[in-house]
Amino acid sequence: MSSSVSAFAYIIASICFIMALRGLSSPVTARRGNLFGIAGMAIAVVATLALPQVMSFGTIIVGVLIGGTIGTVIARRIEMTALPQLVAAFHSLVGLAAVFVAAAAFYAPETLGIGTADDIKTASLIEMSIGVAIGAITFTGSVIAFGKLQGILSGKPVVFGGQHLLNLVLGIVLLLLVVWFVTSESGFVFWLIVILSLAIGILIIVPIGGADMPVVVSMLNSYSGWAAAGIGFTLENPLLIITGALVGSSGAILSYIMCKGMNRSFFNVILGGFGGEAAGPGEDMGDKTVRQGAADDAAFIMSQAKSIIIVPGYGMAVAQAQHSLREMVDQLKTRGVEVRYAIHPVAGRMPGHMNVLLAEASVPYDEVLELDEINRDFTMTDVAFVIGANDITNPSAKTDKASPIYGMPVLNVEESGTVLFVKRSLASGYAGVDNSLFYRDNTMMLFGDAKKMCDDIIKALENI
Amino acid sequence: MDPATLAENAAALANEAQRLAGELEGVAERAAALAGEATQVVATSAATGSDPFVFLFTVFVLAVFVGYYVVWSVTPALHSPLMAVTNAISSVIVVGALIAAGPSDFSLSKFFGFLAVVLASVNIFGGFIVTQRMLSMFRRSK
Repeated sequence: MSSSVSAFAYIIASICFIMALRGLSSPVTARRGNLFGIAGMAIAVVATLALPQVMSFGTIIVGVLIGGTIGTVIARRIEMTALPQLVAAFHSLVGLAAVFVAAAAFYAPETLGIGTADDIKTASLIEMSIGVAIGAITFTGSVIAFGKLQGILSGKPVVFGGQHLLNLVLGIVLLLLVVWFVTSESGFVFWLIVILSLAIGILIIVPIGGADMPVVVSMLNSYSGWAAAGIGFTLENPLLIITGALVGSSGAILSYIMCKGMNRSFFNVILGGFGGEAAGPGEDMGDKTVRQGAADDAAFIMSQAKSIIIVPGYGMAVAQAQHSLREMVDQLKTRGVEVRYAIHPVAGRMPGHMNVLLAEASVPYDEVLELDEINRDFTMTDVAFVIGANDITNPSAKTDKASPIYGMPVLNVEESGTVLFVKRSLASGYAGVDNSLFYRDNTMMLFGDAKKMCDDIIKALENI
Repeated sequence: MDPATLAENAAALANEAQRLAGELEGVAERAAALAGEATQVVATSAATGSDPFVFLFTVFVLAVFVGYYVVWSVTPALHSPLMAVTNAISSVIVVGALIAAGPSDFSLSKFFGFLAVVLASVNIFGGFIVTQRMLSMFRRSK
């Protein structure tokens, strides 16, 4: 196949990828969108295999078989609660693949059409070093994020003196190495860039706390795109550049949405250190009284209600309570209660995580509403049922200027008639802030495991 | 050889030389025209920026804008599938890996290409399948 035919195929593949993202504007068109994505990838791969440079297929077939099998098995088996760490792990692979492609281009520039050995085009060298640096940072950054999400590493931020200064110095050293690499074209310097970038990837993610992982995962999503675009510039391949730019801007927008959901600036999140401090103001709350209830009370209150809004959080995912929750809601619906779900932008550990978990439990997506859509309805609602969420319902975010989460948009659950709050204990949330909601007169705390509580409420409902 | 024949021959040679000179002039003229055209092409291409980087950078910037508008139109409920699918399509980096793994002779570059093919394949298969799994769960109420 001539290179102009393959260039044409690459444009079609790019359009397919754009259609894949476009399809996600509605759950109705999303599946077709994904098929567009698969088609685009198939076109890109076939067009590349037909290029005259690709002469031996044995290695390629073995590689695709190994990788394809691993990917298929993981994707079929993964629990939906573990999605965030899966995505983080996948990001790390894109980063590492970018490093390997750049290394391949460096050792065989003729094959990849960027010059001859020891005489690679200067522009390609610059683009190569940028691509490889972003790729290596994405790799280790995603590995750390994976470790924190999976619980292998502590979710607590790792902070030490001179951290930002160290990162700054390493960044400058990286720039100098790039200059050295471009002028010397030395393999030694190439690997120095890789090693330093790997170290930077670790250092920029360790100070970021567990609660900020939605931002981190989105940010790494963005990085993996920029890495692909960097390699695209190196290889002068528009398909890689277009796709990298699409993915890069997508991750950047998600990061922005997540930051806005926490009322924090992107830099505040990146510089880290948030979400690990012990709860300071929580201790003097000891003399306040908490109204505690049992499953029977909750069942009675909800059976008498006309409308209920459920507010799920990450705790629901941890307890795997989504299926029991949906059964409970089915029970209530047969009694004529109107039930809807309210999703906060940063509920869960990645953007849209709660929506997927509820969909998995067969909750229809038109009953699941975003903060902006539903927040005004709490005043007209009889019961707000908070399950596994905490900080995103804290009213002090609206009133207490001293609170670390002041200004963060929260769900106005306290405006509803009764708040039923399912929680293991009175411990504070990830932000380390005590929740004044617990001590309000219209709040009833339901202490216990989220799944067990739902099961108990179902049993109690059957007896009413 | 008598002088008359000599003079005749000389005249014929002179004529021939004149004709050749005329032809050469034509060639020179054409060469000059071609050179002029070539300069013009080079000049225009320099002016419109046919340096590959400028072209590729144009593509990049436009694609960022396309991405910006397309991604803002994604419904928040599908942000997880969005991450999974962008993850899958960013593995289009496999294109570079395939070319690197393509030559028939073994080399360090081919080895790196092979590793990149494996990693990108995990992502392509894993990313699209997990996206499809997620999307198949989203249902409207009956």
